[in-house]
Formats: sequence, C-alpha cells, structure tokens
Amino acid sequence: MLQLLLFNVTNGLIIGAFYVLMALGLSLILNLSNVINFAHGGFLVVGGYIAYTITPYVGFWGALLIAPPLTAVIGLAVERVMIRPLYGRDPLYSLLLTFGLAFILEDGSRFIWGAQGKPVTVPAILAQPLSNEFFFITGYRLFMVLVVVIAVSALFALLRFTRLGIRIRAGTLDLETVSALGVNVRTLRSLNFAAGIYLAGLSGVLAAGQLGLEPTMGAGLLMPSFIAIIVGGVGSLTGTLLGGLLIGVASGVTAVFLPAASEAIMYVLMAVVLLIRPRGLLGEEGMMT
Amino acid sequence: MIENDTARKLTVLVCIWAALVLAPYWMPPLGGYTALGTRVLILGLAAMSVNFLLGFTGVLSFGHAAYFGLGAYGAGLSLKYLAPSTPISLLMGMLLGGLAGAILGTLIVRRRGVYFAMVTIAFGQVFYYIAFQWSSLTGGDDGLRGFSRQPLDFGFFSIDILSNANNFYFFVLVCFALIAAVMGFILRSPFGRTMLAIRENERRARFLGIPVERHIWIAFTLSCFFMGFAGALYALLNNFADPRGLHFSQSGDFVMMAVMGGMRSFWGPLLGAAVFVVLQDYLSSVTVNWMSFVGLLFVLVVLFFPRGLLGVVRRKLVS
Repeated sequence: MLQLLLFNVTNGLIIGAFYVLMALGLSLILNLSNVINFAHGGFLVVGGYIAYTITPYVGFWGALLIAPPLTAVIGLAVERVMIRPLYGRDPLYSLLLTFGLAFILEDGSRFIWGAQGKPVTVPAILAQPLSNEFFFITGYRLFMVLVVVIAVSALFALLRFTRLGIRIRAGTLDLETVSALGVNVRTLRSLNFAAGIYLAGLSGVLAAGQLGLEPTMGAGLLMPSFIAIIVGGVGSLTGTLLGGLLIGVASGVTAVFLPAASEAIMYVLMAVVLLIRPRGLLGEEGMMT
Repeated sequence: MIENDTARKLTVLVCIWAALVLAPYWMPPLGGYTALGTRVLILGLAAMSVNFLLGFTGVLSFGHAAYFGLGAYGAGLSLKYLAPSTPISLLMGMLLGGLAGAILGTLIVRRRGVYFAMVTIAFGQVFYYIAFQWSSLTGGDDGLRGFSRQPLDFGFFSIDILSNANNFYFFVLVCFALIAAVMGFILRSPFGRTMLAIRENERRARFLGIPVERHIWIAFTLSCFFMGFAGALYALLNNFADPRGLHFSQSGDFVMMAVMGGMRSFWGPLLGAAVFVVLQDYLSSVTVNWMSFVGLLFVLVVLFFPRGLLGVVRRKLVS
C-alpha cells in the first residue's frame, strides 16, 4: 500500500512537473499580452514532431536542444502576422484566433506526419529503471523532472536578473508605463511570446519521449495547464508552478483510491479554490480584471 | 427617419420569418435537405443563447457547450428512462442545463475578462469527462443511444415528428420562435437594458447601484437554460447524444457563429450558424482536411471581419 501510494505521489509529481512546464508558457503569454493561447497544445505537438523528424540526424540530445527554438521561431512568425494586430482589442478575438490556429496546427501535423501515433526512441541510458524496488522511476522520468527544474529555474532567473525579464515583469503590472519609459513594447511582447512557445516546444519533446506522438495529444494536455493557472492564480508565475504540482499530485493520489476520478479531481480542486479564494492561491487582487 | 427605421426593421423581420417558415420548400431545390435546416435552427438558437451573454452582457463564456450537451443528455436520459414524451424530455434537458449553469455560475461570475473565459472553459470540461467516464449511464465515448423522439400527443390528435422531417422542422421552428420571443422580451425589459449598461461600462453601472454580479449571474443562468433547451432539441434531432457536444471545441464553434454573424445584433448568430453549418457540411464532404479550413475561417474572420456579417452590412447602411 505504501509503495503504491509512493508510486502514485511520485507519478503525480512528475506529471505535475510536466503540467508546470506547459502552464508556465501559457501563463507568460497571458500575463503580459492578455492572450489565452489556445494553440499552445498545437505548438507542443509541433515541437514534438520536429524532434521526431530531426532525431535521426542529430540524435535525441540534439533534438532536445534544437526543436524548442525551432518551435519558438514558428511561434514568433505566428505572433508577428496574426496576433500582433489583435493586441488592445477584446481578448475574445485572440482567443478565437488561437482556437482556429489550434485546429490548423493539429490538422497540419496530421497532414504532414500522419494520423498514426509515432514512437520517439529515448537513449538507452534513460530508458531503464533506477532500481528494482523503485521500478516505477525510470531514468527518463527523472530526466524529465530534471529538465523541468532547469528550465523553470532558468526562466525565473531570466525574469529576476536580466533587463528583459525585469521589463516583462514590469509590463505585466503596467504595460502603458513601461511603454512610456521608452521600452519597445512590440519587441517585448514578441520575445515574451517566443519564450512561451519555447516552453511549449520543450514540453512537446519531453512528452514525445514519454507518451509517443499523436496529432491530437495537444488538446488533451491543454486543459490541465488551464486549471494549473486558475488554481495558482492568474498573474502569478509562482502560483502557476504551485498549481501545476498540486493538481499533478492530487490526480496521482486519487488514482490510488478512485482511478476513474483522477481527471475529475483537478476540477474539484479548482472549484474548491475558486470558492474559498476566488483569485487563486497566489493571485493578486488587482489581477481580477 | 424613425418611421423609416421601424419600417425597415419590420421588413427584415418579415423576410427572416418567411425564409424560415418556407425553408423546407426552398432548401431541397438548392441542394440542401430539411435536416440541415433543422440543424441550422437549433445551432442558431444555441449561438443566440451564447450571444445573449457575449453580445448583450459583454462577458465571454467559452464553455457554453457544456450546458448544450447537458440539455442533450437530459433529454436523451429522460426519453430513455423516465417517460416516452417529447415535451417532458425538452423540459428535463432545459432544467439540467440551466440548473448546472445556475450552480456553477455562482463560482464563475466574480471573475472578469480572460479569467472569466478560462474558468468557464475549465468548468465546461467537467461535464465532458463525466459523460466520458460514466459509461454505464451515458454510453461513454459511443454516446447515448437507444431513444427516439416521440409523436406529439394532444389527446384528440397527434403529430408525427419522428418519420416526417418537415413536421419536425416546424416543431423546432415553433420552439425556436418561442425562445427567441422570450429572449427578445428580456432584452427589451429594464433588466435587458441593465445588461447593456453593464456591457458598455461596468464601473458606471456599479456606481449607479446596480448589483453587477447578481445581474451577470442571472444573465448567465438564463442563457444556460436557453442553451439546455437547444441541446435537448439537438438530441431529439439526432436521436443521439454525443460527449463531443460537451467539448470545449463545440463552445468555440458557438462563439464563432455569434462573431461571424454579428455579435451586436439579435439575428446575427442565426445567420452565422447558417453559414457555419452549411460550410462545415460542405467542407467535410469534399476534403478530409476540413479542420484546417474551419481553422482558417476562424483566423480570417477575426483578422478581417471582426464585426461579423451583419456588422458589416449595418456599417454600410449607416455610411
């Protein structure tokens, strides 16, 4: 029993770490640009498929390095052409646009790579379990967590210590003032969007190694990221981090006792948080609009 | 000038109703079929319910498919287990969608803007998972089957709406007219004017002493009742309830219909639904990549026609 519980808590943490990676990208874009990026799952899938395509040439490690920036470049182009004209308009429009974009990305991936699931081979070092007792912790899962930790630390360091990061944080609070102080807000938004899509691409590569690839997988992974943001509180990246881990563990633990409800528990958690603390765990009062 | 305006409105109204009433006669020669017309009516009603909230109260709900789907399941379950009666199934569907909306609405209405949209999307998905997982009741992924709409029994005579597609169309049209009338009535009432005031300037409405949260909750709940009713009709049309009808991608379609037709106008969403349904029906018959085209439609409408079809027409008339 204890081992089973441990297994599922660990499992939940690992899944939670994955949600965090995806949700942070969404959260970045949402906080600065007020855009709910419905196509985030689509970008994740594209990132995974790019990794799949270039793995034969550059290996898994090469793909891990190259695929996310390539995805970010696609994201940058999309932002430039489609999303930039919508800043300042009702958020409804960017929501609808990225919603349509998600359709295009999913169908496009199916068109290029086929509807059949594609396996992605992971280096042998990562594929084996750590020990007999902890058979469930394969090297790859630990590796996933490690990558997430590195990526999240890098993101937080970037926001904390670099000029770009400080501008992004300032823009989240008051974009108008930042603009008045002479910062090019367009570039800021573009770079911020690209950073978010980079995280989506990275999630895609990691997911491809664990789950294999399917054109439809993005839509299924999107909803937990939404819940992570809502639970953590819109406007707070630390909140998103906390929210992602929390729903991961909650669904892991629930899987022990009531497997059918492991998905539903996330929604219950969200309802409870909204009931007790409507702005989310770490949400700012001012961010409610 | 004012007389001119009312005269024009009256002409438009007469034209709309004439087109709707005569649809079973002019659609088939143009290559349509009656069931397509019925689908347009039902999805149009759903889009109008979404727009009741989106266009007239100004809050963005992106999870309304949940209440649509609940209406469908409510009607289906009622026909299957409760009573073989069409009116009761409609009532049950409407109640299920509306009550779910009323309860969740209390959690949702305190949020605004993108946060409101996200919470509605996430809560909408709850019902998708329930319908998906609880297969003993709902049929899971395969959907709810094993029921069919029943003849309307008025005691001394009954109308067959099951095998006669035209009869069913007219039945749906009567229901549509009823709900549209209720919607129009609410929008003209002082309450409806308050909704517009909240849309235009929430802060000012609050300063005027309007309990904004309560009004949004009422508008949300009302639109969920309408949505449930439309969903129930949809289940009757297909004799089938599908978990995909609850999915957030369906919500996106409804919002798209409203935007494409014209959010600021009462009849816009119906027009949007007509264009959307016909286009989707056509695209899915000619290409397997219809999803890309629908996605492209979303992108193009948002970038180039954000006011929708009727919005563009109205602008032309003004200038």
